[in-house]
Amino acid sequence: MAESSDDDYTDDSWTFYRDREEWKDVTPVPQDDGPNPVVRIAYSDRFADVYDYFRAMVKKDERSERAFDLTTDAAELNSANYTVWHYRRVLLKDLDKDLNDELVYITEVIHDHPKNYQVWHHRRVIVEWLKDPSNELKFTEEILRDDAKNYHAWEHRQWVLRTFDLWDKELVFTNRLINNDIRNNSAWNQRHYVIANTSTFTDDVVEREVNYTKEIISRAPNNESAWNFLRGVLQDRELSRYPKLMEYCLNMYEHSIRSPYLMALIVDMYVEQMELKDVENSVALPKALQFCSSLASEHDTIRKNYWEYLSRSITCKYGETAKS
Amino acid sequence: MAGPIKDCVISDSSSNELMLAKHVSYISAYSKKKDDYEYCMTEYLRMSGVYWGLTVMDLMHSLDQMDKDEVLKFVKDCQQECGGISASIGHDPHLLYTLSAIQILTIYDATDTINVNKVVLFISALQQPDGSFCGDKWGEVDTRFSFCAIACLALLKRLDAVNIDKATQFVLSCMNFDGGFGCRPGSETHSGQIYCCVGFLALVGGLHHINADMLGWWLCERQLPSGGLNGRPEKLPDVCYSWWVLASLKIIGKLHWIDKDKLVRFILATQDEETGGFADRPGDMVDPFHTLFGICGLSLLGNKDIKPVNPVFCMPEHIIRRTGIEMDLF
Repeated sequence: MAESSDDDYTDDSWTFYRDREEWKDVTPVPQDDGPNPVVRIAYSDRFADVYDYFRAMVKKDERSERAFDLTTDAAELNSANYTVWHYRRVLLKDLDKDLNDELVYITEVIHDHPKNYQVWHHRRVIVEWLKDPSNELKFTEEILRDDAKNYHAWEHRQWVLRTFDLWDKELVFTNRLINNDIRNNSAWNQRHYVIANTSTFTDDVVEREVNYTKEIISRAPNNESAWNFLRGVLQDRELSRYPKLMEYCLNMYEHSIRSPYLMALIVDMYVEQMELKDVENSVALPKALQFCSSLASEHDTIRKNYWEYLSRSITCKYGETAKS
Repeated sequence: MAGPIKDCVISDSSSNELMLAKHVSYISAYSKKKDDYEYCMTEYLRMSGVYWGLTVMDLMHSLDQMDKDEVLKFVKDCQQECGGISASIGHDPHLLYTLSAIQILTIYDATDTINVNKVVLFISALQQPDGSFCGDKWGEVDTRFSFCAIACLALLKRLDAVNIDKATQFVLSCMNFDGGFGCRPGSETHSGQIYCCVGFLALVGGLHHINADMLGWWLCERQLPSGGLNGRPEKLPDVCYSWWVLASLKIIGKLHWIDKDKLVRFILATQDEETGGFADRPGDMVDPFHTLFGICGLSLLGNKDIKPVNPVFCMPEHIIRRTGIEMDLF
């Protein structure tokens, strides 16, 4: 839970706030946490010092340069403390600080603490105030280079794209990220997001995306993200009627590929064929049941109960006794 | 299965038995330890920490070891002028901590400790024209906050204070092509967000909007060969995600789809046999957050030594029964 440790702050140049001449007029406010007999101070002396003075500033609601600098120290010690960021924003406005400097500053902080809600929200507010998104795509790309699934970075990127209408190169960006790691579910989600917000899923786009996804699935048939994306692309269409999809899947199966995602899709297509009355129940049901049983007993045993449930429910719906 | 799977290994020597007494002493000692660095670092989420501690202690039949008067005074002192509740004294109010506070007060049957009308006003003022909720006055929107708002109001029996239809529409607009939910429209599906959205829908009678088979399948896919559950595809398993996935499956009536024995084994393997407490994964450091979710997970999986947990509120079922709140579970 702790994001930094006092080991990071062993420099000799640090002067405690309590020892600083320009802070002599302030009475520090010690931590008061309610449910506690306050036993102090085994934790970092520096932490306590900074936050005692931070509380004093909040209490006085002092709007000054020194209070602003103090929030920098407080945020460095605990970047998840949301009250520090609130107060800092109030000061940014009140002191009419240069927001471009703030953007540079928050860039550094996010690089140090990339998985923290507060720092990303702070960045968003600054970009909103600046009305300038020109650094944002490059910045989020840098963060995603270190962790391609960082949820906050993707959220920020989506916000920038839709707020400032910067969609032009985003599909190419998702190509690149998917290429780097075809199992990156976040990049697949982004691809869906871009298409939904730009070209939408027209027939041509669907065809292009199905081909794209099939090519990637062929490289790694156990990639859950690609299979989910394929289903997502086709969500408004009938899977079993989509040209060559069934053939593609059965062909993979005949080539001894036993990916549970592949087999699950085949099951769903058989069920859909019965639902649409494209294929006789007496033909499709035994095939579907055979796949379920092989998933339950061999290829996806951890989800045995799911496959047994599905077998029961489709037997109930399409089996001999269900015939009217 | 071919291909690399991100997972962890459970060694044969890892614990296979629930060490309830150790967990009770771990939480009890943790809640009394006020002088270390970690305590100071967690000031900004103190209210949630207190809720985690109280809930897990009640589930372990040990609520009496916690200091009720001290806790109630703390909650009261954290209610701000605007009605919202902060994580600690002197911090800014936020929906996350407002929910934790109301959960605490509900456990103690003491909502009259705070000014309920003002809390309700605080929450309803955070609803946006599109039905979403901000977490606080700074405007961050997230389906987590939709859940927090509705869970608070449900516990306070004041669901009439916000626009439920609009709130529901917003949550549904965050439903994705894989059947799951993200934090805003178009955001990647994430188990934690699914829990919030499914919990939200259970409280407003909206579970029929979910494609339970599709969502259930995605949730089941989170189970890895180790038995643990991850939060998104290709991520490592984690006890807290085990809870979010499991609770969501329970709410949509698909809990039986996963391999329970393997998940129990995974959760038990995250216990620290010496100190008590649960970690995110076997061998990691324990903390109260994962201890709560470890115990809650085992409760949902049917462990009889733990009290039943309510999957929507993540609170003891007997307390939710006492409130008389009705919810729509599959």
